[in-house]
Amino acid sequence: MDIGWYLVVSAIIFCIGAVGVLVRPNPLVILLCLELMLNAANLALVAFSRMWGSESGQIFALIVMVVAACEVTVGLGLIVAIYRRRMPINVDDLNELHG
Amino acid sequence: MSAVLFFIAAIGAIAGAFGVVMLRNPFYNVLALVCHLIALAALFLLLRAEFVAAAQVIVYAGAVMVLYVFVVAYIGGSDEPLHSPGGALKVLGPLFGLALAIELCIACLGTALAGINTKGAGYVFGFGSPEHIGKLFLTTYLFPFEAASLLLLVAAIGAVVLARRRRGLGPDEESDPRFHPPRPVWTGTMAETAGLRHGGGTAGPDAVPERQTEPIGAHAAGREGGPEGGW
Repeated sequence: MDIGWYLVVSAIIFCIGAVGVLVRPNPLVILLCLELMLNAANLALVAFSRMWGSESGQIFALIVMVVAACEVTVGLGLIVAIYRRRMPINVDDLNELHG
Repeated sequence: MSAVLFFIAAIGAIAGAFGVVMLRNPFYNVLALVCHLIALAALFLLLRAEFVAAAQVIVYAGAVMVLYVFVVAYIGGSDEPLHSPGGALKVLGPLFGLALAIELCIACLGTALAGINTKGAGYVFGFGSPEHIGKLFLTTYLFPFEAASLLLLVAAIGAVVLARRRRGLGPDEESDPRFHPPRPVWTGTMAETAGLRHGGGTAGPDAVPERQTEPIGAHAAGREGGPEGGW
């Protein structure tokens, strides 16, 4: 398959993730949609790596995976802390920084 | 053959992504993301990125998703109404996403880049293998490698600090019937969470003066944590 098709799939997945971030009120699902967007970027990076015949894009994709894992860890820690304080798990209600 | 595999994997990935956004139950969202990640690993294999595909399946679909499932089970995955009173964003969000998708597809398919419409560079043996990736990580990309390890360390510490149980959370915390109001000074520790010691309210009243008069060295020897709580 041509490289362009992979980029189209990557673009579609990215847009689905962006819509999910905008629409869903649950921060857990928002984290999942962020994962979708990062994975779409990963797919584009690997596709470009194949296009050039160089592995640098794959290195970049692995680093993106590390960053995504860190983001998930901290985000889930925040959600657990929110849940412990008996606050609503809903970003529409969590709209002020005042604790 | 590769075109058939590509379309199967691409449809699986896009369907998984739709499942993440559309399904109501957060548990099903996580399972849809697992399907999406596995389909994406198949796409990586088609792009000759073997090590990235293996890392995707093992690290992402294995470890990170288990973390998600634990948090969903802890919070309690409740079905939520998709159309909560959110306002105009619920309508404008999909429109924005559709516009962005069309624009990106036009940009990808109508580009003047010559390499886009080829099957890529010629395949050399060992492309994307762990040997090549490891060699690149330890020579050219050594600094990003070390920075990533530091980032992982910071994230692990941050997660422990964020999610541990604190003292003095506020009045709404103490009004919960699961927490007993008279807590001794050392409660709220990781040792209590791990089950090494019972919770504060259930500690016997005779244990209180004994622990407070105990020398500090005895705490360290007994591996029970400091009297101030914390970790």
